[in-house]
Amino acid sequence: MKKLLLGDEAIALGALHAGLSGVYAYPGTPSTEITEYIQKNAPDVRSRWCTNEKTAMEAALGMSYAGKRALVCMKHVGMNVCADAFVNAAITGVNGGLVVLAADDPSMHSSQNEQDSRFYGKFALVPVLEPSDQQQAYDLAREAFDYSERLGLPVLLRVVTRLAHSRAAVETGTQNPQNAFSPSSGKGWVLLPGIARRQYAALIAKQEQIAADSGRRASVEWSGAPDALGVLACGIGYNYVKEALANSGLQANVLRINQYPLPEAAVRELAERSGALLVVEDGQPVAETDVRALLGAGYPVTGRLSGALPRTGELTPDCVAAALGAPAAKGHAPAVNLAGRPPQLCPGCGHRDVYKALNEVAAEFPGARIFGDIGCYTLGALPPFQTLSSCVDMGASITMAKGAADAGLFPAIAVIGDSTFTHSGMTGLLDAVNDHANITVIISDNLTTAMTGGQDSAGTSRFEAICLGIGVEPEHLHVVVPLPANMPEITRILREEIAYPGVSVIIPRRECMQTLKRHKK
Amino acid sequence: MKTDIILCGVGGQGILTIATVIGAAATAAGIQLKQAEVHGMSQRGGDVQSNLRLSTEAIWSDLIPQGGADLIISMEPMEALRYLPWLRQGGHVITASTPLVNIPDYPDHTAVRDELLALGNVELLDIESLAQQNGIPRSANIILLGAAARHLDILGADALREAIGTIFSAKGDAVVEANRKAFELGYKQPTI
Repeated sequence: MKKLLLGDEAIALGALHAGLSGVYAYPGTPSTEITEYIQKNAPDVRSRWCTNEKTAMEAALGMSYAGKRALVCMKHVGMNVCADAFVNAAITGVNGGLVVLAADDPSMHSSQNEQDSRFYGKFALVPVLEPSDQQQAYDLAREAFDYSERLGLPVLLRVVTRLAHSRAAVETGTQNPQNAFSPSSGKGWVLLPGIARRQYAALIAKQEQIAADSGRRASVEWSGAPDALGVLACGIGYNYVKEALANSGLQANVLRINQYPLPEAAVRELAERSGALLVVEDGQPVAETDVRALLGAGYPVTGRLSGALPRTGELTPDCVAAALGAPAAKGHAPAVNLAGRPPQLCPGCGHRDVYKALNEVAAEFPGARIFGDIGCYTLGALPPFQTLSSCVDMGASITMAKGAADAGLFPAIAVIGDSTFTHSGMTGLLDAVNDHANITVIISDNLTTAMTGGQDSAGTSRFEAICLGIGVEPEHLHVVVPLPANMPEITRILREEIAYPGVSVIIPRRECMQTLKRHKK
Repeated sequence: MKTDIILCGVGGQGILTIATVIGAAATAAGIQLKQAEVHGMSQRGGDVQSNLRLSTEAIWSDLIPQGGADLIISMEPMEALRYLPWLRQGGHVITASTPLVNIPDYPDHTAVRDELLALGNVELLDIESLAQQNGIPRSANIILLGAAARHLDILGADALREAIGTIFSAKGDAVVEANRKAFELGYKQPTI
């Protein structure tokens, strides 16, 4: 039966049909819809949101240890958060199938960088699967669990925004039963040096098998023309290559890549039968670097490194067509009467009142800096508020404010959302308390993970208890309601707590306008 | 036969609902479809677009090449202008005529309108007023779809009418009727 599915939904359904027992994830664009699909459609599969990507990865590894199939989903930067668990899961190996889904965001549509998760696969020495389209997203998600169990390793499944958030019809298969409960009794899970050395050697020994599997997953289309251009078409890049060839009538030898490490024999054969190679890959030049190393300096290779394709930003049908030598289509000239329309905080949003109060008080202190974090409230860096001086990674507001205060900056203020605080802010707050750092922390609590569409926030209703437990003094912990009517109270508390030479926490709490609208329906 | 559409507007205006109806109609009719959407940060009052590709043949790219779109369907006039480089020569623009001003540097309204009209093949509709006057304030987007349906031969108006029934049925008969009325209003509306 064919179903119209987002790439993300196709992955979710592929995993469900593979006999998934649990999905572990923290929301992050463009990966969020995978877990949401499972939450909506598979009540018998464990699917509640996790506190962060590291807790997600470790819990999934535990489920795998117990013999069941587990999926971990995250956006690309989540791989940094769970990297410790991910890399070491390759050393322990798995029992039940373990698939790690990383959704990369070339062009940074909703992200702070465009790091390429294929590097993590290479780093951890595990196979990376990358679908070209929605059908393959379903098929590879499904196969990845069998493959993980066959290899005894986690498998990394990589997609990019454009596939995650694009819909097409997908032919789906039947539902497999879940694995039986069968906890591992192996000794390889205890990564003491003596055991870890043996496990690492075993991981290295599997590399030859993985390379052979990459070869079987690649497919080639020969143009028949002598000395035609050879194209290494990776993942979604394949579609842009086929689009450009179909529209222009140009010919090329096309090697389609859906698994890494690259199939070396297939790449060599493509090079031998072509005059030159173009590497088309979305994200960073991972494959291009490997192809250059494989073929040596004498063989002409072009791609993102050579400048044939842009070094940054996602691939488009236009840049790929140009790299193939196709003439540009004649569209219309860009419009004249056009202005940018950046996203903004919703009308009535509580973060607006928080920034209004912060701007009013900060104006009284010429040296004030307000360190921001990841969420809707990052928009407070843009006009009209322009309140924030930084936004780096989940939780960095508190720790950067602390470090700046250590260096003498005053007043050092941190703004962090409720979900980001439990994700990675709590440990930094403990550092600040232990050091008696002179910082003022605003936990702007809208009772949800708003930026990604209103998922449950792990610490809702427990923030005061968490802060007190960490050691924030009760007289320097305040809860306020961010409304225009409460502005005198909020600014008074801000002034008092900035004056206090230690850690203060202020929690402005009011429900997100988006979830409020939904709850009223 | 293929029809490539850029659907655009401002986050929250309901362009994904238009896309969903077209998607349901295409699936029911056995037409191939790819639909790239914008999720995440831009949905907060920023510019949003969806690349919607319909074809009787296989579709490769999820994105429409520049100069390839047959149709721009826009919930906002300046947003229609944003995607002109994607519109093919001779392509059509169907757009709401009322500016949504949520930025300080929104260009002169008359200049936006004039630049659109100078393109030819442009239909401007005051969908918000039509929706208000006809007692269907929440269905302005489906009025626009009705107007665009005149350019969607690959599907045909009847397939879209059926899809409206399918998509809105979960929300009750009143919502289905409001959207059916909206579609016919747009479909029959004379335009400037």
